[in-house]
Amino acid sequence: MLKSVYNWIDERLDITPMWRDVADHEVPEHVNPAHHFSAFVYCFGGLTFFITVIQILSGMFLTMYFVPDIINAYKSVDYLQHKVAFGVIVRGMHHWGASLVIVMMFLHTLRVFFTGSYKAPREMNWIVGMLIFFVMLGLGFTGYLLPWDNKAYYATKVGIQIAASVPYAGEYIAIFLQGGDIVGAQTLTRFFALHVFFLPGALLALLGAHFFMIRKQGISGPL
Amino acid sequence: MAHQPHDPNEKVVYVGDSRVRKYEKNNIPRDYSAYPGKSEAFVPNFLLKEWMVGAVVMVGYMMLVIAHPSPLGYPADPTNTSFIPMPDWYFLFLYQLLKYPYAADSYILLGTLVVPGLAFGGLLLAPFLDTGKERRFYRRPIASSLMLLSLIAVGYLTIVSWQHYEHELEVNGIIPEHIQREEELLAAIEAGKPVPEPGGEEPAPVAIVDKDDEGFQIYQKATCTTCHGDELKGMPPQLPALAGIGDKYSKEEILGIIENGIGGMQAQYQANLDSGLTEADIDLLADWLARQKSDAGEEVEEG
Repeated sequence: MLKSVYNWIDERLDITPMWRDVADHEVPEHVNPAHHFSAFVYCFGGLTFFITVIQILSGMFLTMYFVPDIINAYKSVDYLQHKVAFGVIVRGMHHWGASLVIVMMFLHTLRVFFTGSYKAPREMNWIVGMLIFFVMLGLGFTGYLLPWDNKAYYATKVGIQIAASVPYAGEYIAIFLQGGDIVGAQTLTRFFALHVFFLPGALLALLGAHFFMIRKQGISGPL
Repeated sequence: MAHQPHDPNEKVVYVGDSRVRKYEKNNIPRDYSAYPGKSEAFVPNFLLKEWMVGAVVMVGYMMLVIAHPSPLGYPADPTNTSFIPMPDWYFLFLYQLLKYPYAADSYILLGTLVVPGLAFGGLLLAPFLDTGKERRFYRRPIASSLMLLSLIAVGYLTIVSWQHYEHELEVNGIIPEHIQREEELLAAIEAGKPVPEPGGEEPAPVAIVDKDDEGFQIYQKATCTTCHGDELKGMPPQLPALAGIGDKYSKEEILGIIENGIGGMQAQYQANLDSGLTEADIDLLADWLARQKSDAGEEVEEG
C-alpha cells in the first residue's frame, strides 16, 4: 500500500533523487562516536537542530494561549503557567530550551572553530552559521520581553538604551525596536512579531542554506 | 511549446516538456565502497544512533524542566524604581563590559561598538583572517589563542556580573521577584486562601482600623509615612501595605521591626525619636498597628 502510494508519487514527481540528496549518504568514520568516542563533539550541531525543532513546536503551543498586549500578556502567561494542564511543562521546555540551544550552538561553533572546519571551501557555511548565531541571540532578546514581568521589562529597557547609545544609527534602532518613544504596548507587539514571524523566518532560511551547503560539501575530513 | 518525444540521437536533451536543458549531474554521492575506513549509512544506521543521543539529551532536558518551573515575577511596572535590571545569562558578558570605566560614559563607544564589533566581526570573518591550510588547532597558535583568550574573558565577565548581581540582592535585602511570587503562592495555598493573581483585579484595599485613634495621629508624624504612605497603603510588592499588618505580626514583632529593620527597611526607632516622637508614642503606634487586621472591620459591623 505504502509502496504503491510512493510509486504513484514517484512516477509523477521523480522524488527518488530528492530522497537520495537528503538522506542517502555515508557518515565517515572520524565523526562517528561508535568508532572514536571523542567524535561526540560532532553531535552538537545535530543537537542544536533538535532543540530548535523543540523550540518551534513548544512556541507554537505557547501562542495558543499568549496574548501580546500589555494588559493581558502577563495574565495569559500566568494562566498558562498555573492553570493550564501541562502549561508549566510546555513553557518550561521553551524557557530552558532557549538557554540550551545557545549552549549547544556555542559548543558547535567551538567544535567547528577548533577543528578548523571553517576553512576553504567552507567559508560561506561558517558565515551562514554566524548569522544563525546572531538570529538566535535576537530570538533570545525578543522572547525575553514577552512574559511582560518586571524582569522582562527592565532587561528590554536597558537593552534598548544600550543600542540607543550607538552614534547616528542608535536613535533609529531604538525607535524601530520600541515602536515609539517608550518601552510599551507597541514594543510588546513588535517584539512578538519579530519573535514569532520575522526571526524564525530568517532562521529557517539560514538553516536551509546551512544544511544545503553541508550536503553539497560533505563533512570536513579527519584531522 | 511541447516537444516531440525526444530522439536519443538528438544533441540537446530537454527536461520533461520544458525548455530547460538536461545536464549530467556531477554531485551524485559516490558509492559507499568508495569511502575509506568504517563509514556507515546515514539512514537508517547512523540516524538510529543519533536518535539515541537525542533521547538521552531529551531525558536530561525534561528533568530540568520538571525540577525547575520557568520563572515568572510580577507584572511589569514602569514606576518601579528599585528593580535591578538583568538580561538573560548569555548577554551578561556584554552587560558587564559596559560597567567598566573604559567602556562606559565618554568611552561608551568602546563598550558598545568597538569591543563587540571586533569580537563578533573577527568571528564572522574568521575564514578570511585565518587563511592557512592547517586545520589542527595546535598548529594555528594565533587563532586558537585568540579564541581561548576570548572564552576566558567571556567566562570571567559572566561570572563577575552574576556575583555582582547576587551581592546587590544581598545588600538591598531583595528576593528575586519570581521566587517571592512563588513563595507567596505556596503560602496562600498552605493557608487555604485564594491564590493571589498579580495583574488580575486589584484586591479591595484593606480598611484602616480605628482611624480616630491616637495611633493614627502618631503614625502621621512617624517616619513610616515616607515609604508606607499616609494611608498605610505602601507600594507593593517592594513596600508592603501596613493596612492589615496585624494579620502578620504581633505588637512585639512590630516593635522589633521598628527597632531593627527588616529586609530592605532600615531601623527606624532612633529616627522616630529624632523626629519628635516619645518612646510611649512608639509603643502606642506599635499597639495600634498590631490592631490593623484585615477582618477587624467586618467583625465590628457584625457586632
